[in-house]
Amino acid sequence: MTRVPLLSAQGLNVRYGAIQAVRGIELSINEGEIVTFLGANGAGKSSTLNALVGLVPVAEGRVLFDDQDITDLAPERLTPMGLTLAPEGRRVFGGLTVEENLRMGAYAVNDVDRRMAAWDMVYDLFPILHERRKQFAGTLSGGQQQMLAIGRALMCGPRLLLLDEPSLGLAPKIVGQIFDLIALLRERDVTLGIVEQNVAMALEVADRGYVMAAGRVVATGTAEELRQTDRLRAAYLGEE
Amino acid sequence: MDLFVQQTVNALALGGTYALLALGLAVVFSIMGLINFAHGELMTISGYTLMYCGILGVPFAVSVPLAILAAVLAAVAMERIAFRPVRGGSGATMLITSFAVAMILQVLFQNLISARSQAVALPQILSQSVHLGNVIIGVNKIAAIAATVLMLIFLDRFMNRQKTGIAMRAAAEDFAVARLMGIRANTVIAGAFAISGLLAGVAAVLWVSQRASVDPLMGFTPVLKAFIAAILGGLGSLRGAVAGGFMLGFIEVYLAAFLPQEFQEFREPIGLGLVVLILLFRPNGMIPSRFLGLIKV
Repeated sequence: MTRVPLLSAQGLNVRYGAIQAVRGIELSINEGEIVTFLGANGAGKSSTLNALVGLVPVAEGRVLFDDQDITDLAPERLTPMGLTLAPEGRRVFGGLTVEENLRMGAYAVNDVDRRMAAWDMVYDLFPILHERRKQFAGTLSGGQQQMLAIGRALMCGPRLLLLDEPSLGLAPKIVGQIFDLIALLRERDVTLGIVEQNVAMALEVADRGYVMAAGRVVATGTAEELRQTDRLRAAYLGEE
Repeated sequence: MDLFVQQTVNALALGGTYALLALGLAVVFSIMGLINFAHGELMTISGYTLMYCGILGVPFAVSVPLAILAAVLAAVAMERIAFRPVRGGSGATMLITSFAVAMILQVLFQNLISARSQAVALPQILSQSVHLGNVIIGVNKIAAIAATVLMLIFLDRFMNRQKTGIAMRAAAEDFAVARLMGIRANTVIAGAFAISGLLAGVAAVLWVSQRASVDPLMGFTPVLKAFIAAILGGLGSLRGAVAGGFMLGFIEVYLAAFLPQEFQEFREPIGLGLVVLILLFRPNGMIPSRFLGLIKV
């Protein structure tokens, strides 16, 4: 029996008006894996993630999650199914307290026990969020906001969590903490898809990766293989 | 001094009504970027409900909740029928839609009810007044202030404690991310309209209880004032709407009371001049919304 991926996309295209951001890519993420998406700015990584969760429309192609066609589903339909995204730039609700942000993360969870478990897990992973739970999220430091953004996304108990540039704009020490956390999440059986500009760090935690350039996947393989190919360098330097 | 206290009570009563209306506009605007000019027609619907209840001899204690309910239902229906199809359209599209809804309703009121002002039966007690020392305060003013305070407390509780209220604040800040949490656009938008209808309904009861009449254009002036109040306070900011409503109420009442007789005919321009002056120094309003200018999906 072949293993069915948790999420897969076939011939995925994303367009913004006349601009084609993603050009017919194929990808898959298996249960329990950490998969990273690498590439220079404008390669189409974020567009890909946004299209997977329904934030931007899929122009062509199909997206399957847990064997169901989710191509045209809105993000608010996907969260209850176990697919969510922690967006680029953190985007915490600054005018809400830390606690309210997390409460919103669990908005789609109706089961009280599952919700309690999520609170325990998030406060256990991020003691700082518990400490600051009454504080407005807008007053947190960048690193704390990123932890809140990830914690908020974890509150819905996702089977697949997509992280868009979790280390963007953070101090090196904090970046290390974020990646430690990602390693911790793996131990808790959260499947992850990560868009990251910090290539070395990303390949260290990831099992597999896709290298994108100009809206296409130009290389794919295990993290080990990608570390050794020239395609990665080429993709960043814009040589195709 | 007595006159000052008396006028302050009047200003609180009028300002409170403006504040409730401005809040209704702000709740909807903060979530979907729509300035709903048909908000006034929600008031008019409430007013006519009060009028018909009076004609049918329904007790006032029953007709008030009915009038408020009518505005809530009308607001939700308005969203469902008129605004949902243009959701995601430009601000101009939604604005024009709201004008269309307002005009259609006004014409319906004129043709189906009457173009003229109709009397609304009010209980005796509302026209009585209370003597506190030398100050005479109308019961309707006290009722207006009490109702405003109750509504503000209710709204504060709702927005800060209730899951749907918090979701509305989240959606006002970043709609796309709110959807990623599983918050449905329809839920928060319908919720915002229901709240705005509730506020318009309460404001209508207060408005009618000061005037005892209703006409097809009844909602136009107060909502125009509420719009000015919302801008004055900071468009999209709920606290700003309340502050702007009270500020405008105070400006209007104090000018009417204390401006020398020969300047009275310039009262409105002087009042609006003051508004412009405040906006010159605080162009985003007294308590600006922090999130205005964020892209809404």
